[in-house]
Amino acid sequence: MRWDKILKLAGIVVVVAIMCVLAIRPVLPGVNWIPFTNLIKQGLDLKGGVYVVLEAVDTPEAPVTEDGVKQAMAVIENRVNAFGVAEPIIQMQGSRRVIVELAGISDPDEAVNNLIKTAFLEFKTEDGQTVLTGRQLKTAKESTNPQTGQAEVNLEFEPDGAKIFGEVTAANVGKRLSIVLDGVEVQSPMIREAIPSGRAQISPYESLPEAHNVAVLLRSGALPVKMDVMEKRTVGPTLGADSLNMSVHAGLIGLIIIALFMVGYYRVPGLVAILALIIYTLLVLLVFAALNVTMTLPGVAGFLLSMGMAVDTNIIIFERLKEELWAGKTLRSAIDAGFKRAFVAVLDSHVTTLITGVILFYFGTGPIKGFGITLSIGVVASLFTAVSMTQWMLHLVAGSNAIHDLRLYGK
Amino acid sequence: MNFRERMPFHFIKLRKFWYALSIVILIPCIVSLFSQGLNQGIDFTGGTLLDLKFKQPAVTEQVRAVLNEFGLEGASIQQSAEDSFIIRTRELTEDESGGVISQLGSELSEVTVLRDERVGPVMGKELIMKAFQALALATVLILVYVAWRFEFKQGVAAIIAVLHDVVLVAGVFSLLQFEVDSTFVAAVLTVVGFSLMDTIVIFDRTRENIRLKKRGELLGDIVNRSLWQTMSRSINTTLAIVILLVALIVFGGVTVRHMVLALLIGIVSGAYSSIFIAAPLWYDFKSLEAKPRTSKA
Repeated sequence: MRWDKILKLAGIVVVVAIMCVLAIRPVLPGVNWIPFTNLIKQGLDLKGGVYVVLEAVDTPEAPVTEDGVKQAMAVIENRVNAFGVAEPIIQMQGSRRVIVELAGISDPDEAVNNLIKTAFLEFKTEDGQTVLTGRQLKTAKESTNPQTGQAEVNLEFEPDGAKIFGEVTAANVGKRLSIVLDGVEVQSPMIREAIPSGRAQISPYESLPEAHNVAVLLRSGALPVKMDVMEKRTVGPTLGADSLNMSVHAGLIGLIIIALFMVGYYRVPGLVAILALIIYTLLVLLVFAALNVTMTLPGVAGFLLSMGMAVDTNIIIFERLKEELWAGKTLRSAIDAGFKRAFVAVLDSHVTTLITGVILFYFGTGPIKGFGITLSIGVVASLFTAVSMTQWMLHLVAGSNAIHDLRLYGK
Repeated sequence: MNFRERMPFHFIKLRKFWYALSIVILIPCIVSLFSQGLNQGIDFTGGTLLDLKFKQPAVTEQVRAVLNEFGLEGASIQQSAEDSFIIRTRELTEDESGGVISQLGSELSEVTVLRDERVGPVMGKELIMKAFQALALATVLILVYVAWRFEFKQGVAAIIAVLHDVVLVAGVFSLLQFEVDSTFVAAVLTVVGFSLMDTIVIFDRTRENIRLKKRGELLGDIVNRSLWQTMSRSINTTLAIVILLVALIVFGGVTVRHMVLALLIGIVSGAYSSIFIAAPLWYDFKSLEAKPRTSKA
């Protein structure tokens, strides 16, 4: 018996056990990264929420421009923030699309409607009374005043709006008229005189583009460009949680059966493989947490499948080990030779799977991307743990001289 | 079981039989793929999917009646539990789907939206296009890698075996008319990865055995020996993954069931095709290149 090696093995087991506890139990209440599996973000299909792809579409009054989409995104961001959802995701995809992800929202359909609705435009007097709404505004257009050279916005009201506008301006000369969009004031110009014609100018602006932006905002309501829903996925919180719990349970049951099979078939190396697979799992979860990987259902599948590869790697190695033992080698040289010869096959199979995983990550969208990233991380981790950890721990076990019967190594 | 020395039968000598077996299995798949095609979900065709749970049990006719009020006679309604329905229909606007849901809620019983998915037709086309691009690119890169590490002909044999598995998985889904969605694409791509992995482990052994070959040993015997030497690994690995997948089907959530089924079929097929198709095919390719030389001599 070599006690130093046995101590090292015991040390590994203890460290792994501590890491397992840190992964799932809040042992230190003050430390917010423990348990670290809580740091792994859950996708909308797991915790419920809504995923929307909006695309800007051309309309006669507001053709899609880069600026328009950016402004629309800003408006959408404002509205999302008004929902008070934790960690909303709003991102541009290409030049015309905006992706919004909202987790844990109680009425997702209403939220989507709020995102794409044309904004509510109001004209308010100083005492806070709403006198006109966006419906009564016919057009708004920017121009340069030929006399002063200043940029301005020209408003034209519908006939019923023009009448009210005339009355309001007459009653409020010298006061301000607020233009309010979705409850937020855009600006509040001074009323210089009564305007009975239904045509008004707001001026001055710094530049023509600025006047243009205001005009667009007033014209098409909230969004400077029209946004259409291209894709929407809503998952109720119960379905998501059910799926996650069931998949995790199913995965655990499957893994326990695999573990029993490995020990039954491969004996001592099988035990080592289980330890290596636990280390592999911890490593993958740590990387998920560190890289902010969002777990989705296909992501869980990708992870479980990379675990299948990690199991395969151990099987390839142990089959080789058996062969070397049958060929009459001593345990230690059989371990070395087995690893050396298994490594080539393991490397080639991992590289080809990695090629697939990386391509899925780069070219895939949505669910396929999530699958690609967990598969890729899993494959790299599998290559690392199976080759380094399994070999090291097998040598420790062999070197400890605790087990002499080669049949327990598969001979 | 010690297959390494016993080698119950000769893989290469029986190869015509394996080819015939695969062709017999694949013919109904190919016929179905061309005649009725795949039952494409809204991920591909565009449309709206509503997964609704009612407070009280309901029957399909009640749901149908409400949908007809909205002119959605073409909708497919699938009862997933006695109080739950999955409705698939043309793409609905936000107002339409909101109207349908609230109308169902008032006419049947209080309704909870489990899933409400809307996919525009453009998104579906993009998904298919991107999936094909990814497949084509992966194929090319894997061929290049295999040609570099092994030889080009082994790459071709591996890709044919992969094609075998993809056609089988797609064929079974076409025969059963199971709906295919974007997770199906992910499943097929995993099958591709696993099938390649199996083939590469076998070719790795063949490569090693050719390097160490004895004088006068025939290629067919070397390939056969390599297949038997890797047999335990092929069986055990496939078994381990099948255990995991069966556990997912039996105990896992409903949402992943079809994806896992595709994986199960594909991974068993992948293990089969690597042994019974890829290796014998490569042997045939090698024999073809050897023939002209022997006739000259």
